[in-house]
Amino acid sequence: MDFLVFQYPMITLQACLDGILLGVLFALIAYGMALQWGVMNIINIAQGDLVILGGYIAYFMYLYGIHPAWGVIVAPVIMYFVGIAIYKLVINKVVDRDLFISILATFGISILFMQLMNFAFGADVVLANSGYGTTMLFDNNVVLPNSKIFSAFISIVFAVCLVIYMKKSKLGRAIRATAQNARAAKILGVDTEKVYAATFGINAALCGVAGALISITFTIHPYMGLPYTIRSFMIVIVAGLGNLPGVAMSGMGLGVFEEFADYILGTEFRIGSVFLLLVLILVYRRFKLSRKREYLK
Amino acid sequence: MNKNFILYAAILIFGLAAPFLFPAFKVQLSILCVLIVLATTWNIQGGEMGYNSFGNILFYGLGMYLCASVQVGMFFPLAEWTESGGEKTFVHTPTQFFQGMAVGLVVAAVVPTIVAGLIGYSILGLRGHYFAICTLGLGVAAGEISGGIEIIGAGQGFTTPPFPNVGSLEARGEFFYFLSFFTLVLTFIAVRSIYSTRFKLILNAIRDNEDKAEAMGIETMKYKIIGWMISAFFCGLAGGIMGGLVGYIDSTDVAFDGREMGVFMVLMAILGGKGTLWGPIIGATIFHIFKEGFWTFFLGWQYVALGVLIVVIVIYFPEGIMGWLREKYPERFGEVVDEKDRKAQVELK
Repeated sequence: MDFLVFQYPMITLQACLDGILLGVLFALIAYGMALQWGVMNIINIAQGDLVILGGYIAYFMYLYGIHPAWGVIVAPVIMYFVGIAIYKLVINKVVDRDLFISILATFGISILFMQLMNFAFGADVVLANSGYGTTMLFDNNVVLPNSKIFSAFISIVFAVCLVIYMKKSKLGRAIRATAQNARAAKILGVDTEKVYAATFGINAALCGVAGALISITFTIHPYMGLPYTIRSFMIVIVAGLGNLPGVAMSGMGLGVFEEFADYILGTEFRIGSVFLLLVLILVYRRFKLSRKREYLK
Repeated sequence: MNKNFILYAAILIFGLAAPFLFPAFKVQLSILCVLIVLATTWNIQGGEMGYNSFGNILFYGLGMYLCASVQVGMFFPLAEWTESGGEKTFVHTPTQFFQGMAVGLVVAAVVPTIVAGLIGYSILGLRGHYFAICTLGLGVAAGEISGGIEIIGAGQGFTTPPFPNVGSLEARGEFFYFLSFFTLVLTFIAVRSIYSTRFKLILNAIRDNEDKAEAMGIETMKYKIIGWMISAFFCGLAGGIMGGLVGYIDSTDVAFDGREMGVFMVLMAILGGKGTLWGPIIGATIFHIFKEGFWTFFLGWQYVALGVLIVVIVIYFPEGIMGWLREKYPERFGEVVDEKDRKAQVELK
């Protein structure tokens, strides 16, 4: 590996920059996951499918002649209501239950969404062409599509706006209070049911933004949802709940890891390496935590 | 005891006569047997031990690939076999086929058991949802990685050896039916005898409160690994049979099919009732009938139905059929019920 890193510095640089721009997008999705995990204590396996659905919204705008970049405005609005609908139909019945119930229920939603998208949009790999061109850096050795830079920029804007919103607004304060202690928040007059619905809606809206950006930058396909769920789950467990700089950093780290895995192992092992990394991280975490446990021997 | 004996004898006779009574459904019945094996063994650690795994599909797929590879590799070069794809240049004689199948099934059962033992110490230390997601990741990773390995067919799939010509057209169906039925009987006997020992109580203790079980002096890790290895053994066996039955192995659509088989086994166990002996069997039977009906009459909508089914079962029937029966007729399950108490509860409702 260091053979590659030092002999071809430009490839390394290219992979790092690609990975960082990609990682910002992952971090945005992971932020949504951390939000609902922290507030409602559910893990949403359908997270990735919400992302893909957001992507299809932008793609359809592109098909009807509207520039897909407007998708970052339209997709979150539509996805917010999709999120509220999912919450009202399914999630509010599993919020207080065993975590495995919520995992399995959202797994069901994920399969449902996958197949409905397959029916509605077809099983082709599609992308919305933004026509943004590319930027050449370092004597034309590093090629960065402008769409990637655009998507990273928009992700950061949305993340910053959301952080400010969570700090300043009334709803944001209510969400944070519910995350800290749902019962106490209820006693103090917070309508937790509404807060949960809003949280899930905001999460879905974030997925919509990320999906619209992914449809511009990369490709979308109805069955590509699960890797995004796994990536965001991984980012959240590495960073910890409520650690925003950590989410951003580990998102970028994951992006760079993926780009290198792509170069070194080959594209066919890219998704496999992501899932394997998840297993390794969880196992590492288990051994690290088990050292803290004390046994009587 | 006597009543049970008659019940078992009736089921056994029905099972042995089934392929001759319903000759058109031999393949379906074989698949049903495999599904029951998967649901029952998932129940060992999912229901009894409380470790909800999405990753038993790993052992199933591993068994499938191993059985087929051994069956081919014993007599012919494996790489050339997979390269030739559908056009067969090598043909198994009946003796070679059955010898290969026997050795293949042994390997398919033993290797996943060893794998489960090796990874068990790391994976089973995870608790709750971390375990669930980790095993989900394991299953998908195995599918993606096996899809990139050339010698077992990579993305284009792996054709298992076709059944040799032994004179009768019905032979293939009967062979696979009796193989899977035998595996089912073996699994049932094994699981039933496990459930009547202290081992089951230990698994239940782990499910109910692992830390307390550990404090009581039970080496929980050891028993968790053994429980997982038992699951892996039968999953691998079921996978090996299913590979021969389907005749074609694809990494993500047949072998490590988390979207179908991986969810099916969880769903069947939950539908029937987790943590009971008969629950997974009833659940698998009902699920298989529902699935085949839906797959036949509403082709294309099956995954939509599957998604809806998962959500409905999980939200409204998390206790399953056996749990529902237990609530309704607690006397049948050996629970002592106070009549006054029951009446008071009814009045409260």
